[in-house]
Amino acid sequence: MTVIAVAGLQRSYRTRTGIRRRTSKTVEAVRGVDFSVERGELFGLLGPNGAGKTTIIKMLITLLLPTAGSARVLGYDVVEDPREVRKRVGYVFGGERGLYERLSARDNLRYFAELYGVPPREQGARIGELVELVGLTGRERERVEGYSRGMRQRLHIARGLLHRPDVLFLDEPSIGIDPVGARELRGTVAGLVEQGTTVLLTTHYMFEADELCDRIAVIASGRIVATGSPEELKSRVGEGSVVEVEIFGDAEPVRARAEALPGVRSAIAEDRGQAQVLVVRAEPGAEVAQAVLACLDGVSTGRVSTRSPTLEDAYVELVGGA
Amino acid sequence: MFLIAWLMHLKMLSRSAFDGVLGVLWPLFFATIAFLMYGAGGDDATLLYAAVGASVMGIWSSVSTAASSAVQRERWAGTLELLVAAPVRLPVVLLPITTAMATVGLYSMVATLLWGRFLFGIDIRIEHPWLFALSVLATVLSIGMVGFLMSVTVVRYRSAWALGTAFEEPVWLVCGFLVPVAILPDWVEPLSWLLAPTWGVRAIREAALGGSPLPDVALCLGVGLAYAAIGFYFADRVLTSARRNATLSLS
Repeated sequence: MTVIAVAGLQRSYRTRTGIRRRTSKTVEAVRGVDFSVERGELFGLLGPNGAGKTTIIKMLITLLLPTAGSARVLGYDVVEDPREVRKRVGYVFGGERGLYERLSARDNLRYFAELYGVPPREQGARIGELVELVGLTGRERERVEGYSRGMRQRLHIARGLLHRPDVLFLDEPSIGIDPVGARELRGTVAGLVEQGTTVLLTTHYMFEADELCDRIAVIASGRIVATGSPEELKSRVGEGSVVEVEIFGDAEPVRARAEALPGVRSAIAEDRGQAQVLVVRAEPGAEVAQAVLACLDGVSTGRVSTRSPTLEDAYVELVGGA
Repeated sequence: MFLIAWLMHLKMLSRSAFDGVLGVLWPLFFATIAFLMYGAGGDDATLLYAAVGASVMGIWSSVSTAASSAVQRERWAGTLELLVAAPVRLPVVLLPITTAMATVGLYSMVATLLWGRFLFGIDIRIEHPWLFALSVLATVLSIGMVGFLMSVTVVRYRSAWALGTAFEEPVWLVCGFLVPVAILPDWVEPLSWLLAPTWGVRAIREAALGGSPLPDVALCLGVGLAYAAIGFYFADRVLTSARRNATLSLS
């Protein structure tokens, strides 16, 4: 059964600049997006900052009206039946905002339980259950202002689950959380999907998307540039190998030489700390390592490695080509 | 739902040290000005008139500035989107917030009367205590509705929170908190009829001085209900406009 159906969805924003001579500009944040999510699926939206991921989620949870196109969640139109949609979805976003600092975690949950129509008789048990699920037992009576970022994020998850939503929207939920916390969060999300919750997740973290998502839509500049399982997306960058060379100094001349080599699909230079890393992706079957090394004359180099393509390679190629 | 939400917002308000100190000091400041204005040669009835005016000033100020900025604070805190994303109607979310603020304003009534009694030695004699309590309650509720109407506007217009501050002092004058409306230009009086605090302060004074406050209580509640009705009517439209113009999350 299709839980989320999006067709031709568009959203633009109007921004104004100037004080005396005000000029307005229209920014196209989402430019005709189509996708669907099936029941029990964990669907990922992967894209750079400003790609339109959060705008899509906000339209699906009825916080924004689409400029054009349509979206249905559990059969309800997000424009025509916003209240029916709201009853059935949960929304969790990353970061420290979205909580009442001067209230305890328990009071935060109690307030939102009222807003989301959890029957008063069930509230105590449900809050206790969720506090335990997110590992805040023993701290739930403390004010949120004293919570760490990870604790706040876990409280956000608990809040989003209060009314047992059929669909959970997670907008970069692991942003700013330490690796252990992020791993626990992934475990919690995987558990929810096992129990039948449909999840739409946006993230910047490739390993997170790779580990969790059944299917991923890569979005760039408001358009979906590819959809598929993590394996399908990886296969788009082919079977060819990836050569990585650490370069100290200006990597651009080397990158240009490498890109011109036969059998090279793409060559990019990434900043990693004090060095730059030249990432060269080869066509399937092409052996380019020796030729790339030959391009390195005159530059100071560090580690050199050859590896198989990852989801990140697929992402960089898809987004870079958009 | 209303009770829990009201309680939670009251809890939040009571836990802010900054708001708490201001909340304690402002009514005493208003009361002091009023007593000093009317103190020279004023009889007990005149001073009670001033005390009631000063106390309603406190209620009005705590609601007018706080209610509109409360929604803006929700926007800054990122909770406004969560409130809107909840399946309950927007007015049901906003009403407990503004009513909690008006409830805090009740303190100003008590503080002003005690301040007048113990610091200025005014004989605070309330002729009809029950009607006085009823008038105070009606005033608090109606002022809460003004706050509600303002907060609905702030959902759509981010800078509308400044309206509360802009209206704070003119309403002191127009509603006759400290000086009778009759001494103001003629065009002010019809304007004062549209403002619930006008009828609220009249009712409280009538009850305190032994008159008949019920007609004023009825008018105060009637105008307050009209504000609530306007707020309910416009809330969905305002929300749709906020969703269209993406003003829920920007600060």
